[in-house]
Amino acid sequence: MNALKPHLIRLLPQFAVLIAVVALISLAFPDFLKLQIQNGRVYGSLIDVLNRGAPVALLAIGMTIVIATRGIDLSVGAVMAICGAVAAASITSGHSLVYTLALALSVGMLCGLWNGILVAVLDIQPIIATLVLMVAGRGIAQLITEGAILTFNDPGLIFIGSGSFLGLPMPVVIWLVFGIAVTLLVRRTALGMLVEALGINRRASTLSGVSTGVLLIAAYVLSGLCAAIAGIIAAADIRGADANNAGLWLELDAILAVVVGGNSLLGGRFSIAASLLGALIIQSINTGILLSGFPPEFNLIIKAAIIVLILVIQSPRIRDLATLFGRADSAEASVKQEAK
Amino acid sequence: MPGNTFGSDDIILSATGIDKVFPGAKALNKVNFQLARGEVHALLGENGAGKSTLVKCITGAYRRDGGRLVLDGADIDPRDTFEAQRLGIGTVYQEVNLLPNLTVAENLFLGRQPKRFGLVDAREMNRRAETLLAGYDLDVDVRAELSSCSVAVQQVVAIARAVDLSGKVLILDEPTASLDAHEVEMLFSIVRRLKAQGLGIVFITHFLEQVYAICDRITVLRNGQLVGTREAAALPRRELIAMMLGRELGDEIKAVARADAAEGPVRYRFAGYGRKGHIEPFDLEVRKGEVVGIAGLLGSGRTETAEILFGAEKADSGTAEIDGKPAELTSPRAAIRHRFGFCPEDRKVDGIVGDLSVRENIALALQARRGWARPIPRAEQDRLADQYIKALDIRTTDREKPIRLLSGGNQQKAILARWLATNPEFLILDEPTRGIDVGAHAEIIRLIENLCEQGMSLIVISSELDELVAYSRRVIVLRDRAHVSELVGDAVTTAHIVEAIAAGEKQGAA
Amino acid sequence: MTLKTALASATILAACMFGSAHAADLTVGFSQIGSESGWRAAETTLTKQQAESRGIDLKFADAQQKQENQIKALRSFIAQGVDAILVAPVVATGWDDVLTEAKDAEIPVILLDRTVDSSEDLYMTAVTSDLVHEGNVAGKWLVDTVAGKPCNVVELQGTTGSSPAIDRKKGFEEALAGNDNLKIIRSQTGDFTRTKGKEVMESFLKAEDGGKNICALYAHNDDMAVGAIQAIKEAGLKPGTDILVVSIDAVPDIFQAMAAGEANATVELTPNMAGPAFDALAAFQKDGTLPPKWIQTESKLYTQADDPMKVYEEKKGLGY
Repeated sequence: MNALKPHLIRLLPQFAVLIAVVALISLAFPDFLKLQIQNGRVYGSLIDVLNRGAPVALLAIGMTIVIATRGIDLSVGAVMAICGAVAAASITSGHSLVYTLALALSVGMLCGLWNGILVAVLDIQPIIATLVLMVAGRGIAQLITEGAILTFNDPGLIFIGSGSFLGLPMPVVIWLVFGIAVTLLVRRTALGMLVEALGINRRASTLSGVSTGVLLIAAYVLSGLCAAIAGIIAAADIRGADANNAGLWLELDAILAVVVGGNSLLGGRFSIAASLLGALIIQSINTGILLSGFPPEFNLIIKAAIIVLILVIQSPRIRDLATLFGRADSAEASVKQEAK
Repeated sequence: MPGNTFGSDDIILSATGIDKVFPGAKALNKVNFQLARGEVHALLGENGAGKSTLVKCITGAYRRDGGRLVLDGADIDPRDTFEAQRLGIGTVYQEVNLLPNLTVAENLFLGRQPKRFGLVDAREMNRRAETLLAGYDLDVDVRAELSSCSVAVQQVVAIARAVDLSGKVLILDEPTASLDAHEVEMLFSIVRRLKAQGLGIVFITHFLEQVYAICDRITVLRNGQLVGTREAAALPRRELIAMMLGRELGDEIKAVARADAAEGPVRYRFAGYGRKGHIEPFDLEVRKGEVVGIAGLLGSGRTETAEILFGAEKADSGTAEIDGKPAELTSPRAAIRHRFGFCPEDRKVDGIVGDLSVRENIALALQARRGWARPIPRAEQDRLADQYIKALDIRTTDREKPIRLLSGGNQQKAILARWLATNPEFLILDEPTRGIDVGAHAEIIRLIENLCEQGMSLIVISSELDELVAYSRRVIVLRDRAHVSELVGDAVTTAHIVEAIAAGEKQGAA
Repeated sequence: MTLKTALASATILAACMFGSAHAADLTVGFSQIGSESGWRAAETTLTKQQAESRGIDLKFADAQQKQENQIKALRSFIAQGVDAILVAPVVATGWDDVLTEAKDAEIPVILLDRTVDSSEDLYMTAVTSDLVHEGNVAGKWLVDTVAGKPCNVVELQGTTGSSPAIDRKKGFEEALAGNDNLKIIRSQTGDFTRTKGKEVMESFLKAEDGGKNICALYAHNDDMAVGAIQAIKEAGLKPGTDILVVSIDAVPDIFQAMAAGEANATVELTPNMAGPAFDALAAFQKDGTLPPKWIQTESKLYTQADDPMKVYEEKKGLGY
């Protein structure tokens, strides 16, 4: 129990912001918190937040690890489009669901492998390396769908987008399970610490015997896998692969989720749970804006204003102020301690 | 105060009862410090003694928690370094904090450039800069970019700027750490001149010879407390070290009985080992329980030798054998599998993983060798960390503190602990005692001797020849990226090493 | 670059050789923007079909979204001495020089689908749809269908600030004006995409008492309507019955939905811009009749009564 405490303290600001955002929305729209059972599944705006947030949440899982290695993956939105297109093309040409999913996930990991090799082996800056696939990827997806929205009617594939399991929409189940699985993978093994060491000081880690190249590639492959799952969900949700719009700009939302989750873009220490909370905060704001009934011209301004506010609250300066009032945790405070 | 030859009118800066508390640690406890006009005053102490904290309290970088600061008879309370500068206290650090991409003149007058019609009057600025630097006997082109000047010149420019801005007190924080002997002498002549002009100068350094060469008085701090202020001329070196360490060091560096050190079998044999552009092919044999020292000037290929032995750079010629069997040392990982360890020269860049805790830094290499799928249980990590924090006397409030917050010597010990935790059989140490204080210095030397006695093979690279001579059975001398000479047994003396290095210089000149 | 040039000249050469052998009455150059959407792919297909059925020799050039490519294509058409040029301009400005060159060479230019900011005497005519009118047709259908009964409408707008979003909203509101029984209660952007259409519709349903308060949905394009239909179904309501669905574009997928009774009506943005263009050209060639400067395409209304499955089959092959 004691071992859990630092983790909970780490997540405190994100929880607080999420609760504040939800409270704000329910003030304007009281039914926001209402949940009911309909056709054997839980139904309500909160579920919509979890459900609509699925793609960004999934992308944020991979993005957290990539950013922890001091990298960034701009290609995830385009990889979503590619994998959605691959899944749609495969299922409409009569392949089985299992084959389709395996193919789409492999293609996603292949995209990640490409990014990883550019970054780890060729030593290209991550932002440039992944920009290649970000630009080219959507074109590849359009080639696969031949420019049109490739629709499908396979009930199995559709179930992934709009089916439900234990009363929860499938996308929610998928990102929750996947998020927990990746968290356990990195924290129950030494992967988490090695990734953090790599992100903070790659050369020192290499000299300490850490396989930094393999780890770097693995991070991008994981990000590709996350994008593939998100892409399949996005396509299954609308029963079609929309190469032009699937995952458009979501790489930026995923990066934002990681940042709102309090992870540093400079790499190192990371928390997947915090990034997931960040994704939920962003989606709550999106859903809240839609429910508010404001004219759409205000959407982006409201979203930007709230996010700026969150980032200001999380900024080191404001945290210092909080320390003065004795509210910050001791871990933060000890950073200031530099007795020489 | 005994031996104080300065009258109270001469005091320019007086700090009394200075307190500074950090969460979990009292950094300064009622420290008194007095600086007179026209004196050079050394501020000494081990890493973590509170020297930097005291200086930062004086210059306004930190807010003090208690005590009084009097400058030139008036109470002051600088809120930041700019205010302190305006009041008359200038500071020059080891890492020159000027702008390398601006010219010398621009650096001197940054923020107060002479203006004409609202624009910077470059001609006037350059003229004033030349006048200013002429007072320092420094003949440089003031229009040149600062980065094109040597570190020593940059240091002088920084001093000139600080003195010109402030003019009452000059604080020099490790100004000589990256200078060679000639440059140090040049710096000292400037310090003497400023002293003659009546400035009060605070001098912080690790080099005790320099303290005696230039300082009038010495103030020693230990663990945030004032130990005492003494006349330099009346304070023997041994006594000074005792003040700093709070104990007798014995012989600062004791000579080991190295004659009997292993005539056993050769464990590590490198033949024709080299890499183009890094280090010429060399032969090297290391026995069990033997320390092989590597000496040479900066840039002679010392670090390159270490990196190629450890696989950080791949050899493109020659063979490596361990216990008579060929070994592939193509990467640090491969070397670590053969139980190699490597403490690099540049701790900050190549050694520490700054944001990780002391515990994680110690566990890192062992964890990397076990592989990611077999994590070291947390309890085991805690035990390892505590064991080495105790064994190597790593000064940290707790094992979860990010390692970047430790002082240099303690970081170095933690890196050593990282390798000792892997039970290495062959350890390469590149400048293990650089930039760390006297106490840690002696501890690390003692540690090297202990490891050697336990049967470990070591390669130690150091520019401190006294040290090398003390613990090495053999010393390899490098010059121009090649191994040029090997001294064994009784031939290992500083004189011989210097001779071997110098021989080449002469040849090179001929 | 050299490869491109070589290919281009080879194409021109080949075109000239075939052109002379062909018994066509007319040779027409067509500079298309690209193939960024299904609708544009359909426009290309239909233009080629129309040309073939009229025995016109069509020289096709894909500009890949670049104006410089379009200007190059136009110059090459002029150099070949085609009888007329069709161009779907990628942007509105920067056409004066090349249009003047065409005019000097006495080659009539017809703009398809979009217009340009150049002087009107530089081109013969522009064939485009009227976006305001499309919204108007959709609105009229809704007014007629509810026949005076009170009805709350939710609107899925196109990308905020885009001209289709502004004009289709305007036309729809004009049609509703004076019918107090119809009220637009919520209006939000769905960015013309299925995903956003579905997400926004979900929020409309939550905000309006699970959808019981909504009588009709108006979507600025069919894709958003398709997404919204899924949201309505997942909320346990019947699209097309519980909530009327009317949208614009007439892409094939909406006809499937209409056949299933899940969508009620769509207004066609016809991809057949070339048909009226060729008609005007034929008239001009025959007796020099000059067409009006703007030819408005028909904004045809399709409902469930128009055999949607048959239309779907027709449209399916056009490359939507």
